[in-house]
Amino acid sequence: MTITLTIDGKTVSVKEGATVLDAAKEAGVYIPTLCADEDLLPFGACRLCLVEVQGDRRPMLPSCTTPATDGMVVRTSSPIIDKTRRNVVELLLSDHPEDCLTCPQNNRCELQRVAAYVGVRTNRFRGEKHAYPIDDSNPFYRRDLDRCILCGKCVRTCDEIQQLGAINFAYRGFRTKIATVLDRPVATSTCESCGQCVDKCPVGALYPEAWLRYGLPAAETKTICAYCGVGCGLILQTRGNTVVGVRGDPDNPVNHGRTCVKGRFGYEFINHPDRLKKPLIKKDGAFVEATWDEALDLVAQRLASVVREHGPDAVALLTSAKCTNEENYLLQKYARGVLGTHNVDHCARL
Amino acid sequence: MYSDYASLRAWAEGEVQRTRPPDRTRILIGLGTCGIAAGGLDVLTALREKLADMRVPAEIVPVGCIGMCFEEPLVDIVRPGEPRICYAKVTPKSVPTILEEHLLHNNVRKDLAFAVIGDEPYDGIPSWKQLPFFATQRRTVLRNCGFIDPESVAEYIVHDGYAALAKALFEMTPESVIEEVKRSGLRGRGGAGFPTGMKWEFCRKSPGDHKYIICNADEGDPGAFMNRSVLEGDPHSVLEGLLIAAYAIGADHGYIYCRAEYPLAIVRLRKALEQARALGLLGEHIFGTDFSFDVTIKEGAGAFVCGEETALMASIEGKRGMPRPRPPFPAQKGLWGQPTNINNVETLNNIPPIILNGADWFAAVGTEKSKGTKTFALTGKIANSGLIEVPLGMPLREIIFEIGGGIPKGKKFKAAQTGGPSGGCIPSSMLDIPVDYESLTAAGSIMGSGGLVVMDEDNCMVDVARFFLSFTQSESCGKCIPCRLGTKRMLEILERITRGEGQEGDIELLLELCETVKLGSLCGLGQTAPNPVLTTIRYFRDEYEAHIKEHRCPAKVCKALITYRISEEKCTGCTLCARNCPVGAISGERKKVHVIDPAVCTRCDTCRQVCNFDAVLVE
Repeated sequence: MTITLTIDGKTVSVKEGATVLDAAKEAGVYIPTLCADEDLLPFGACRLCLVEVQGDRRPMLPSCTTPATDGMVVRTSSPIIDKTRRNVVELLLSDHPEDCLTCPQNNRCELQRVAAYVGVRTNRFRGEKHAYPIDDSNPFYRRDLDRCILCGKCVRTCDEIQQLGAINFAYRGFRTKIATVLDRPVATSTCESCGQCVDKCPVGALYPEAWLRYGLPAAETKTICAYCGVGCGLILQTRGNTVVGVRGDPDNPVNHGRTCVKGRFGYEFINHPDRLKKPLIKKDGAFVEATWDEALDLVAQRLASVVREHGPDAVALLTSAKCTNEENYLLQKYARGVLGTHNVDHCARL
Repeated sequence: MYSDYASLRAWAEGEVQRTRPPDRTRILIGLGTCGIAAGGLDVLTALREKLADMRVPAEIVPVGCIGMCFEEPLVDIVRPGEPRICYAKVTPKSVPTILEEHLLHNNVRKDLAFAVIGDEPYDGIPSWKQLPFFATQRRTVLRNCGFIDPESVAEYIVHDGYAALAKALFEMTPESVIEEVKRSGLRGRGGAGFPTGMKWEFCRKSPGDHKYIICNADEGDPGAFMNRSVLEGDPHSVLEGLLIAAYAIGADHGYIYCRAEYPLAIVRLRKALEQARALGLLGEHIFGTDFSFDVTIKEGAGAFVCGEETALMASIEGKRGMPRPRPPFPAQKGLWGQPTNINNVETLNNIPPIILNGADWFAAVGTEKSKGTKTFALTGKIANSGLIEVPLGMPLREIIFEIGGGIPKGKKFKAAQTGGPSGGCIPSSMLDIPVDYESLTAAGSIMGSGGLVVMDEDNCMVDVARFFLSFTQSESCGKCIPCRLGTKRMLEILERITRGEGQEGDIELLLELCETVKLGSLCGLGQTAPNPVLTTIRYFRDEYEAHIKEHRCPAKVCKALITYRISEEKCTGCTLCARNCPVGAISGERKKVHVIDPAVCTRCDTCRQVCNFDAVLVE
């Protein structure tokens, strides 16, 4: 069933089950949010997406959790809505570092965008601020809870998408924070470093370690992850010839933007000085650069001689998860059909 | 296993005859948490020893709180054919006298006896119904508290227990039970006052494979103990209410979510569940009917926010106690995603009498929109602090000055806080306000679950607001921004004002934050947290202004704004204050005027309390 409603005078039709926020997006009306995410279940924590629904006894409703109903008339702005939103953001800023220009999230930050939109111009609520130590125990990403706005996206990503539950809200009141089990450093927790929480963090509370060394990327290029046969879509972020970051490709039907630790963080070999780019052949005890033809000829020659002298079962082939299924199939075909041995194995079985 | 009420009742009567023969003397002792806290267990030991010593056969029956917490430990003696005589403030020392005089010499000592728990006075001792504390009370919820042994299901049954369940199962459909509750006008006693029958109907009509019913026994308001007393004093009544509600909505499993800080209530609930199961009142085919239902007790880990329905359900599911937005409402998608109904202890306790006596009987008491009675935990600056139950609509003045006996030490009444940290202060100018849902809301407070804290001229209203805010701030779950940070900043401003560092504009800033927190917060905790601040500003703005503009605390409470001085005229040089001062701030020789060093003094008030000559002045 289709539902038709009016948002700020614009008529929009959505499917049953859509929220007012979904409908606003459909209608092209911006409603500021910090905790809503289309990959996650509605949470209703940031209280920024408050709207006025004509005829409702409550003065304001959160659009992210209010179902759109037929004939609904919604206003996304009114003096009390604007004031409440501004005060909520002002409250957030009262417990937030004032170091935007040196923050790794600078110019990518949702809080900056929202603060600019609602137009916070004062800071009347100054008071106690958090001063947590930065958790740099994990080599891939940093955790700076002073910047955390407790939107819960990381918790929900870990729970709903990665289905791991490595982090949750802990403590109460002003002391509420996101913590690992027993509030231990990330590296000693159950975190798998998939980095999806880092991707979802709207502020500079979670950021890749590499962001400390690089500024904003200059270009983004879609590619497929080379680590295994799943074929996740990745977006490589580059500056010149240097890869400075990776994010999952949300449009890729294989992974819908999700990644594992290797795909997201295991890219620095690309520009590493020790990276092997050409085959090496050992001559007189030292490795010497060679062409692919030379290398493959040598392998074929040695394989043939071993089979000739000791029989095909003297040879075993080990293949890799970095190959596709088709490549792995071809390798076992080669072992059985060409070399004549069943000695085939795969690293994923080890 | 009984398939009709008459045979269950016959069993219970036989059981009571057997265990508590009517030809033997019964001694009832109040052993609720209040009685135990007042030394009831020592009195119990003394009773046992003296009885053994006197070789008088008597049954000691531990009972729940009758409401007179201010007179605990209470010991009642009932001799066969004689009325029940209540002795108050009994100590192990007074036990031998009471027992010897009453049981051996047939001499009921009028100087020791407090009241007759019966309709008629006896030998010059007044009936409890003549006492101002009880005269205007009406006990529906507390009907059994202090009268039956809470650990005896037979005694409960003999007092018409489980008759309402039998009536519902055998004579009524679930729909007619809901209709009866709707007609009674019963509203949720947890605080919000939503009509109970309507809530049941939503859940009944909501489609689902399983339905759940939850008893919310997570009483968390500071100073509130209504539910605890009921759970300790009459646990089967709560269970019977839960069973009837389950039948009405079609639930097959129930939870009692009770805070772990109520260990005695939990022990008694567990016992009640075991007894009910053994009698076939819980489990498969209750009373031999098709209705099957069982209950799990879930102990809460002590979070105030878990009294909020959605947080409570998350907690039962093993998640962090954190509210979620509605819709979906619990009646649509509650515990484990199934339709769920949640009722407060007191709401459920009202159900058996409503079913047994009918909706009209219940609706005859109260006001047009607030029917029935309400329990209150009367605490603070009040002579008779204890548990009371009054018809809704009774003027606040009557509750405080007649039932509560007024303010001790001749002090002046200043305000009463209803609804705990979610409620507001009602000033003396509004003492005639009828205590019902609408009137309290109009005054800026709420009914709440029944906490009633009385304050006198020695209470600083800014400090009171600061106290409640410090509670809600530390109990905020931290999920939504207005509650987590708004209450924090409000608390900081209030702390600043009580330290004498308030600034021009602080009141306006507080009011603006109040509005944002009230309108913006996700759940009831945040939406009501500003009430103590709003009402104290509304009714006691002058006190805020005295702190901010004159750096003066009119009630002489805020430590940064007061100094202690010893009056030269009154001081006799007895040295008592100097000896009791914990920080050595008082100097002076024997029989000479003493002096307090304000730089060392921590304003702990000890000197003023120990001085026998009122020589310590607070300025």
